[in-house]
Amino acid sequence: MTTVWSGNALAEAIEAFAPGSVESSAGTDVWLKPESISTVCEGLKTRSEFKFDLLSSLTAVDYIDHFEVVYHLTSLPMNASAVLKSRVGHGRTEASIASVVPIWRGADYQEREVWDLMGIRFDGHPNHKRIMLWEGYPGHPLRKDYVTYDQSIASTAPGAAGSQEGAE
Amino acid sequence: MAIRTQPVTVNLGPQHPSTHGVFRMRVMFDGEEIVDVEPVFGYLHRGSEKLAEERTYTQIVTLTDRMDYVSSMLNNQAYILAVEKLAGIEPSPRGVWLRMIASELQRIASHLVATGFLLQDLGALGTPLIYAMRERENILDMFEMLCGARITNSYLRPGGVFMDAPSEFWPALDRGLNDIVNTIDELETYLSGNEIVFSRTKGTAVLPKELLINASITGPMLRASGVDWDLRHRAPYDYYDRISFERKLHTASDNYARYWVRVQEARESVKIIRQCIEQIEPGEVRPSFDDVPRLIRPPVGDAYAAIEGSKGELGFYLVSDGGIAPYRMHVRASSLINLTLLRDMLIGGQFGDLFVTFGSVDLNMGEVDR
Amino acid sequence: MGQAFLDNSLWRNIYCVLAGDSSSCASRGYSDGFLPGGLEWLAFLLAALAIIGLVVNGILGGVIVLIWGERRLFGRFQSRTGPNRWGPFGTLTSVADAVKTMFKEDVVPADADRILFNLAPILIATPALLVFSVIPFGVGTYVADLNVGVLFIMAITSLTTLAVLTAAWSSGNRIAILSALRSVALLISYEIPMALAVVGVIMLAGSMSLGDIIAAQGVPFILVQPLGFFVFFIAAMAEMARAPFDLTEAESELAAGYLNDYASMKFGLFFLAEFMAEISTSAIITTLFLSGWRGFDPIPSHFWFGAKLIAVLFVIIWFRMTLPRLRVDQVLKFAWKGLFELTMINIIVTAILIAIWPQPTTSQLWAMAAINWPVAIISIYLVSKLLGTAPYDQPLPDPNVPSYPVGSESIPASSVLGAESSSAQAPSPEGGD
Repeated sequence: MTTVWSGNALAEAIEAFAPGSVESSAGTDVWLKPESISTVCEGLKTRSEFKFDLLSSLTAVDYIDHFEVVYHLTSLPMNASAVLKSRVGHGRTEASIASVVPIWRGADYQEREVWDLMGIRFDGHPNHKRIMLWEGYPGHPLRKDYVTYDQSIASTAPGAAGSQEGAE
Repeated sequence: MAIRTQPVTVNLGPQHPSTHGVFRMRVMFDGEEIVDVEPVFGYLHRGSEKLAEERTYTQIVTLTDRMDYVSSMLNNQAYILAVEKLAGIEPSPRGVWLRMIASELQRIASHLVATGFLLQDLGALGTPLIYAMRERENILDMFEMLCGARITNSYLRPGGVFMDAPSEFWPALDRGLNDIVNTIDELETYLSGNEIVFSRTKGTAVLPKELLINASITGPMLRASGVDWDLRHRAPYDYYDRISFERKLHTASDNYARYWVRVQEARESVKIIRQCIEQIEPGEVRPSFDDVPRLIRPPVGDAYAAIEGSKGELGFYLVSDGGIAPYRMHVRASSLINLTLLRDMLIGGQFGDLFVTFGSVDLNMGEVDR
Repeated sequence: MGQAFLDNSLWRNIYCVLAGDSSSCASRGYSDGFLPGGLEWLAFLLAALAIIGLVVNGILGGVIVLIWGERRLFGRFQSRTGPNRWGPFGTLTSVADAVKTMFKEDVVPADADRILFNLAPILIATPALLVFSVIPFGVGTYVADLNVGVLFIMAITSLTTLAVLTAAWSSGNRIAILSALRSVALLISYEIPMALAVVGVIMLAGSMSLGDIIAAQGVPFILVQPLGFFVFFIAAMAEMARAPFDLTEAESELAAGYLNDYASMKFGLFFLAEFMAEISTSAIITTLFLSGWRGFDPIPSHFWFGAKLIAVLFVIIWFRMTLPRLRVDQVLKFAWKGLFELTMINIIVTAILIAIWPQPTTSQLWAMAAINWPVAIISIYLVSKLLGTAPYDQPLPDPNVPSYPVGSESIPASSVLGAESSSAQAPSPEGGD
């Protein structure tokens, strides 16, 4: 059975090798400061007490006044899992966080998906482009302030009448 | 004397017979050799995650059917597990057994489809595909008995399933399992030793296991490299801890190993279903509506639940704000993430192997684009 | 005008009915024809036109039947019914398809080279039909008995690739060009083993005329030349780009290859040519290796020819239905490293046997068969060992070899969340929706 790291224990362990990187912790979750995400993830992957070699899932949630990037990590050698979270883009401006693609390549498409649908920029991503929607799509649909049923987006599609030549 | 060549860029897809849906690859060839690949996603994007934010927890089951439409039962199961974890619902035992039977049947169907289409990509003109599809048809007939639907089942509900299996289901299941074993035997006789299949799949698109893990690739692709990681065994959900089954591993991590692991897993699923039939007990298939109402209002919080889907780890991340609809739903789509290493697999290979490798990933566009 | 063509019953029956007081007809027991004397040239012309019409329409009719038969067989191989809606047993399905194809819109891509684009379907259909001009369909039933019949067939069939290349180049489609280049590679590789495989037959018959080759087959050459038959059959499959060598069309890779931009009856001509090539290949195999129209007496020779033709067609369809496609490099490797060697062995062994028995009688042919079969089986076995793919040394993980460690360690128990806390511990989403 996969054991789940408790948030407090994980926060303590992270603080031990990367002081000042944890914002808070509760339950199974640890909130990290966005600027320290690279250091912490690198440590969580390589250090012998964690060995989180598999990034299960990477996603983001829009909490209106900020976004939360959620990382679900799995350690195969220890059969353990942990949840990291990071609050970015307070006040809905400049939502960006360091990319973890250099650490886990599995984050590649997931970060692109988060950028495409949620609009959080991942600094250092090798191919920072939209994945599901076309370049030039207005807005990021999974944001809570996105206006659904807006028919005018069709005109921005590549090849649509009235669009300047598509984002090829 | 070296011949001077010039690379050629070709668009394969979105309308192409072998892209398993609407997928586009911009491929650069130097002769028959692949120099560069750029996958282009999104032709089947329907915004399921956004749609889920406007539906109740029970209604979303129908959305999950339409993600990976060849393994809808497994999608249902992953979603329902996330809802149960989020809302703290205790499922009814009979419902759990039934959904385990249904999802293992679905796994067999999905692996059969994957094998059939792999052979189709290898250039066999439909015969193995139709052999595999014929068996899948029996499984879909059983689903029809269970819930009245064949592809988009929506059979599962928070706490179990919505309907008990009819009495004629059990003899049909027993017959069906024997047929499935026969079909797999037949397929293996023709395919596993076939020189053309073997020579085309052995040693192509080999991926080291460290790279597979680093790229978050799970499921049969990971097990084909020899890593013993199966969530049914490592993180048992439902009643998988009461079931004993073998994890089939291969070490080669090439296209043949992936095919082989899928076929063997289908055999193991038959064994799992037989154990489920032995252990299933009479009772209610879902908690009463007093315990689990139709409109579920989970407490504020989030939950991530993952199952071993037919393509890999299939996870659902749900965030609740206490309302009747999830505040946010995210699907950890194994089909999409398994494509992360597409470039590594294809570049340097032959054009003829392009779609074989693509098929050996076993992806479903409905899940990739959602 | 030489009257040698009157040995051919197909020509004689038409010509002598038409021609007037022709002495050569009279000497063969024909009474006076319809046309007045002195108009033999007109009779010859009309006979030629009639024969052309007969053969071309016969072949096209055969193609229609073959398409239906192939689809029915596909159905059977795939445990389904196959076409069964139009006409009894679906026999009119191909007719309906032909009518539909004719009435489709004829699309020409804007980038296409129009002249070559329109020329290619003609180029591909012509050689496919020309092959039939030298094939004897029964006793004395042939259009022409060339003394270089085998050479003619070899030359004509290679023209198909020219048409494919023209089609691909003129449609200006990259996938089509890839397909055409594959087709050229296939032709160059397989023309050589194909020609060399026939050498054994020519040595035995002592002639390149198909009539003489049939006459020499006291024993069908498939028995005397098993290796030659094996190589010729495979090379012929590759030449007409049939599965498992259908690299040029390769539905799962190139969609339809060089046919990508063709529509309507231009596509129809390519389609017809493909099936004509199938019939002509079977006819050539029947003639060269299955003793053509020969059989025993009460049953007419044309029936024998047809029966053998259908048998070969069945095997070709069977191959197509069951085998996956090979990759380009494997196909070429197979031709150069496998088939080429086999033909060489065949030629050497046959040459030695011919040196022993220069004019083989039937019993000597049986003796040759007795020598050739072990040679064939051993050499095919050796080549298969040489080119075959070796199985895995270790199909399953060896517990002694360290694999990736999974679940071998565990986290300290103090790090695990207590049982009393549920996972729902995240802060409330401020604001809500």
